[in-house]
Amino acid sequence: MTSQIVRLFGLIVVLFALLIFFTTRWTVIDASKLDNSSLNRLTLIQELKIKRGRILADDGTVLARSVPAGGGTWKRSYPTGPLFAQAVGFSNLAQGSAAGLELSDGSYTRGLQTGLNSIFGQLTPTRVGDDVYTTLDPKAQQVAVQQLGGQVGSVVALDPRTGAIKVMYANPSYDDNNPTAAGPNVTTFNRSTQAGYPPGSTFKVVTATAALDSGAYTPNSTVNGNSPVTISGVPLSNDGNQSWGNVDLTTALTYSINTVWAQVAEHLGRATMTNYMQRFGFYSKPPLDYPPDELNISRPFAPDGRAYPPGSPNEDIGRIGIGQGGLLVTPLQMAMVAAAVANGGKLMVPHMTARVVNTDGVTVKTITPSVYNQVMKPSTAQELTQMMRNVVEEGTGTAAQLGGISVAGKTGTASIGAPGSNLTEPWFIGFAPIGDPKVAVAVTVEKTQGGFGGTVAAPIAKNVIQTLLSEGQ
Amino acid sequence: MSARNRELLGLIPASLLVTAGFAGVFIQRSNVLSNVSLTYGAIFLGLCLAGHVVIRMTLPHADPYMFPLVAALASFGLVMVYRIDTTLARQQAQWFVVGLILFAFTIIAFRDYRKLERYRYTIVFVSLGLLVLPRLPGLGYAANGAYLGVRIPGLFVFQPAEFAKIGLVIFLASYLRDTRQVLVTGGRRILGVTLPPIKHFGPIVVIWGLAMLIMVLLHDIGSSLMFYGGLLAMLYVATGRISFVVIGLLAFALGAWYLGTHIAHVNARVEDWLHPFGQLYYKPLGSYQIANGIFAQAAGGMFGQGFGQSVLTIPGTHAALLPAPQTDMIYAVITDEVGLFGATAVLIVYLMFVARGFKAAIMARDSFSTLLAVGLSAIFAIQVFVIVGGVTRVIPLTGVTLPFISYGGSSIIANFVLLALLLLVSDRARSPVTP
Repeated sequence: MTSQIVRLFGLIVVLFALLIFFTTRWTVIDASKLDNSSLNRLTLIQELKIKRGRILADDGTVLARSVPAGGGTWKRSYPTGPLFAQAVGFSNLAQGSAAGLELSDGSYTRGLQTGLNSIFGQLTPTRVGDDVYTTLDPKAQQVAVQQLGGQVGSVVALDPRTGAIKVMYANPSYDDNNPTAAGPNVTTFNRSTQAGYPPGSTFKVVTATAALDSGAYTPNSTVNGNSPVTISGVPLSNDGNQSWGNVDLTTALTYSINTVWAQVAEHLGRATMTNYMQRFGFYSKPPLDYPPDELNISRPFAPDGRAYPPGSPNEDIGRIGIGQGGLLVTPLQMAMVAAAVANGGKLMVPHMTARVVNTDGVTVKTITPSVYNQVMKPSTAQELTQMMRNVVEEGTGTAAQLGGISVAGKTGTASIGAPGSNLTEPWFIGFAPIGDPKVAVAVTVEKTQGGFGGTVAAPIAKNVIQTLLSEGQ
Repeated sequence: MSARNRELLGLIPASLLVTAGFAGVFIQRSNVLSNVSLTYGAIFLGLCLAGHVVIRMTLPHADPYMFPLVAALASFGLVMVYRIDTTLARQQAQWFVVGLILFAFTIIAFRDYRKLERYRYTIVFVSLGLLVLPRLPGLGYAANGAYLGVRIPGLFVFQPAEFAKIGLVIFLASYLRDTRQVLVTGGRRILGVTLPPIKHFGPIVVIWGLAMLIMVLLHDIGSSLMFYGGLLAMLYVATGRISFVVIGLLAFALGAWYLGTHIAHVNARVEDWLHPFGQLYYKPLGSYQIANGIFAQAAGGMFGQGFGQSVLTIPGTHAALLPAPQTDMIYAVITDEVGLFGATAVLIVYLMFVARGFKAAIMARDSFSTLLAVGLSAIFAIQVFVIVGGVTRVIPLTGVTLPFISYGGSSIIANFVLLALLLLVSDRARSPVTP
């Protein structure tokens, strides 16, 4: 019977080999497919067991933290709620949704990118992520909320020298502790980065940059400012159909003369205008440390809603030059325009993450300011600054004046809605103090009944600038 | 070195394993290494030494590797059960004591195990009686739709199939010893296949009928496969006729297919096996258990997540993510925590034990001893295959225990008796003088 027994053992070896093969199949061959199966809750449970790091404002105010959720798991809590909901976003692992910095800085707060945690994470009973310090300023953010006073709109403020975002707030906001709650004045849509608004006359700063930096014009070049003029075959009027005669560009910016800037844009041509728009960041996603899905591209659109390719022969470059003609921008993009002029033409990469600190208090990563683009020559920036100073001192933006501190700015009042309707989109972009700008800002309010940038948006900007400068920015 | 001294040395790795294992679980659990892990190691070593002394005094020539291999499996099982539930581990340790007592009793009472042959019909009828117990009203109960347990209210719960498998092997070893010659020589050849005479074919049909009955009555493919496979293995070794095995397997496959499609519970098990990741996942008695067992294995990967890292309940609740982790699904927990390599090591230990059992069978000097050792070893191997194969989706999942590792008193005690019988056969086979 010996040979039968040996053969029987051979069969048993084969059967056990089959077991080992199937174990290999599940543990190695199919493992990643199984780990990602929609039925598999283990990956999610492992994530839930990580005590994620906090997200903090620049003064140490806690914006997001992990609180125990039972069974060794954690959930996120947002002490500041709607105040920072758009910037910080939310992370709801159980529902598989996340937004804002919670999404874009998730690798830091989960502690996956920083040395020891990833190596020894398996051995420690609880995995702990790193803290993320942001550049956000709670006090100025609070002022922005107060100043908007419930009006739909957005405020973005940054440090032009570094690109550090200080304020990013839009009405309406939402409570990131409960992001799925619906309501009349609740939305996760972040108007600061996702909306598309006609920038109106604030865009004349871009047109002026192209005019001066290309060498085609100087601040003293004169252009006829009579109204109306025909632009792309359609008459264009100044505000109140006022005719200004021959005016220099400084005056034309100070009093926001549409016909002058539309003619300048047409004269410069699509190629030059598009070139300078691209230098400012138009036509591409802003380089913000924020989820790409929540960043809108600022660019002109055709009446049918389709985006014009850069330099399209179909676009009305004259009207684009005064911030109309289908041009739609984000408040973030317009804050970048102001910041570029403020920083001598050097546009810094905007960012909200300042540094990453591990649980031992050691800074494991610092975000160093980096240059996005040298948009214009420093001399052009200087000339523009003087022109924008005139806007605030004697032109349309006097409401942004600060006692003792010089402010440069530009207002905008884009008309929206059907022709003849009184709906406007008031804007203000600017920076201060002139000579050593520390704050650049963009403010817009959505769909006012005939409100002007100078009266609606400029006062909001003024208060935010004042708060940031008083904090020693 | 004498066989017994080799056995004693073989226990050292098992004791180190249990100490290291408990230390690992303790570190994971409380971040401290308490000397309790050493206490557990010492107690376990003490139990092993007691077993060793029994063997040394009664079976001086028995195989020196069987007991240490079982000790390694049992110690690993104890660590796993402890990691799943400390209370269960304490009970499991108590069952080890009971098992060792019964182990010693079996060795002493059946010093000449061949007298078992005298009681073969008593043994087979008691075994068959045990098998139907779970269907008796008031006594039996169903777990997950299969009738495998008997509850004696206020006393204990046990799984008769664990004991019945030993009784059936004893009976068949004795029966085949008498008839193996006739089964081969007395047959007629039809279409080149040797069929045994009808008179002797009867018992084989009975075995087949028994396997089918287990499926019909107990709703359990696993036990059915375990019994039938074990008995078929013995038939093959006794007769050397592969044709019997082929016919037997075909008959089983036919019966299993018919019953699998006609008994709702068995059919459900087959469907869960074929489509674990579909809609069945959400159904009661659906593929939730097998799917999550496979997810747990995937999480383990090659080296495992470490002791205590397998997620068994949904965090924040007591809802099971991996139902029955201490019994049916223990292999999934093992793979999750010690990985492919750890699980393979466990399977290789089983294979080594089976190899020692077969070695005893080959060395035995009479047919009954050979067939007894083959039957016990084969049914042990098939039991491992049935449960691990179920968890790894080689075959439909059914609830038999992983011998010496799964939690369960019946399983521990029955397998210690099985070990005692194998050691008895081995001792007689290896003793220098024929007693």
